[in-house]
Amino acid sequence: MEANIAVPTDKKETWGGGNARPFGASYGKMMMWFFILSDALTFSGFLAAYGLTRFKFIDSWPIADEVFTHVPFVHGDFPMIYVAIMTFILIFSSVTMVLAVDAGHQMKKNKVAWYMFATIIGGIIFVGSQAWEWGTFIKGSYGAVKTTEGKVLQFVKDGKQIALADFVVGPRTDVREQHTRKNGLWFQSEGTIATYSVDQVVNAYKANPAIQVRTELIDLEKKQKTILSREEGAAQLAKTKMVVEGANLKVNEYGNTIFADFFFFITGFHGFHVLSGIIINIIIFFNVILGTYEKRGHYEMVEKVGLYWHFVDLVWVFVFTFFYLV
Amino acid sequence: MAHAHESNTKRIWVVFGILSFITIVEVYLGIIKPEALHLHGPGTSWLNWIFIILTLAKAYGIAWVFMHLEGEKKWFRRSIVWTAVFLVTYLVTLLLIEGGYLFDTLAPLVNW
Repeated sequence: MEANIAVPTDKKETWGGGNARPFGASYGKMMMWFFILSDALTFSGFLAAYGLTRFKFIDSWPIADEVFTHVPFVHGDFPMIYVAIMTFILIFSSVTMVLAVDAGHQMKKNKVAWYMFATIIGGIIFVGSQAWEWGTFIKGSYGAVKTTEGKVLQFVKDGKQIALADFVVGPRTDVREQHTRKNGLWFQSEGTIATYSVDQVVNAYKANPAIQVRTELIDLEKKQKTILSREEGAAQLAKTKMVVEGANLKVNEYGNTIFADFFFFITGFHGFHVLSGIIINIIIFFNVILGTYEKRGHYEMVEKVGLYWHFVDLVWVFVFTFFYLV
Repeated sequence: MAHAHESNTKRIWVVFGILSFITIVEVYLGIIKPEALHLHGPGTSWLNWIFIILTLAKAYGIAWVFMHLEGEKKWFRRSIVWTAVFLVTYLVTLLLIEGGYLFDTLAPLVNW
């Protein structure tokens, strides 16, 4: 390659040959950094928009550690634990990535390959965890009702939130059935209908004096959601429009719908970055095995894809703080 | 590429230890939420300030050591970091002020 390029002596074409590279960085590395900069600004835009919306609804925003409480294969209430594990996985895969870059500097092909492999595995586990987290969020944990005013009411017993299934008895009583495509005149199906009817939930509330209604309103003194008295709860429940189970882009049993929208959008966009990072890592991994960089004489490509991978980790650190912790 | 051929393995593991420790502290505080930190503080709670500062510390560790910004030329580093810090601070400041204004304006209209 070198033999085919005329080396300019006046150093005008600094990226064409000579040794005077701008900022001492190669073209590829510099462009990777400037791409990362612009991508960081994109993510900042999303997180800042989240911040604006949260400030707008500061007295009714869902409390994150009441939303993300599940751990796979384990039953119970573990706020934050699984997200923390995911953070570890991603930081660890960042470590194996930087070890791969380090091994590349020493031209140790096998070591680079193994560390790249470990990085890819870490990435796959992370994306899988995120998919699981989405599934859990979409499915929901407790169920709630939504009023005609668009407010979400949850149910508590002894101050702890309980699921609809824990106090509403029996199957759906109003003979409402899921409408399927084959039954309709126009061959249109409908979305999944709730397990219980509105009347059923309201009657179950009336029948059980231990149950109370919790609104989205946050008591700013205690930073907890407000629990209504039995009478106030009944008054609010009289306005019930629908039963909500889980979360999607239109309704969200945890509270503000836009919280769910931001969750899907921000973690989705980040997850997409992780996915593309894995794919690029796989390509570079095979190049390492095939000896492409051994022949080239340097492993700078591993370094560049490493920058992207660390960036994905960096973004997650911020998403973790601003979506789950703060 | 000043450090092209020397191995930094030990340093990498030390930074990993620090990042992990910070994450553990964050999660621990996020779960127990000590009342003194959670319910008081300037602007937002002390707890939130702790989370933000620890996050910036983690970001510094990742960018400087893992992404090797410490080894780049000074003005290359600054062209990246200063640009991001300036634009992000500007955007976040404006949007959060605007969000606060929206709350002040709209919240009295909501009937709880």
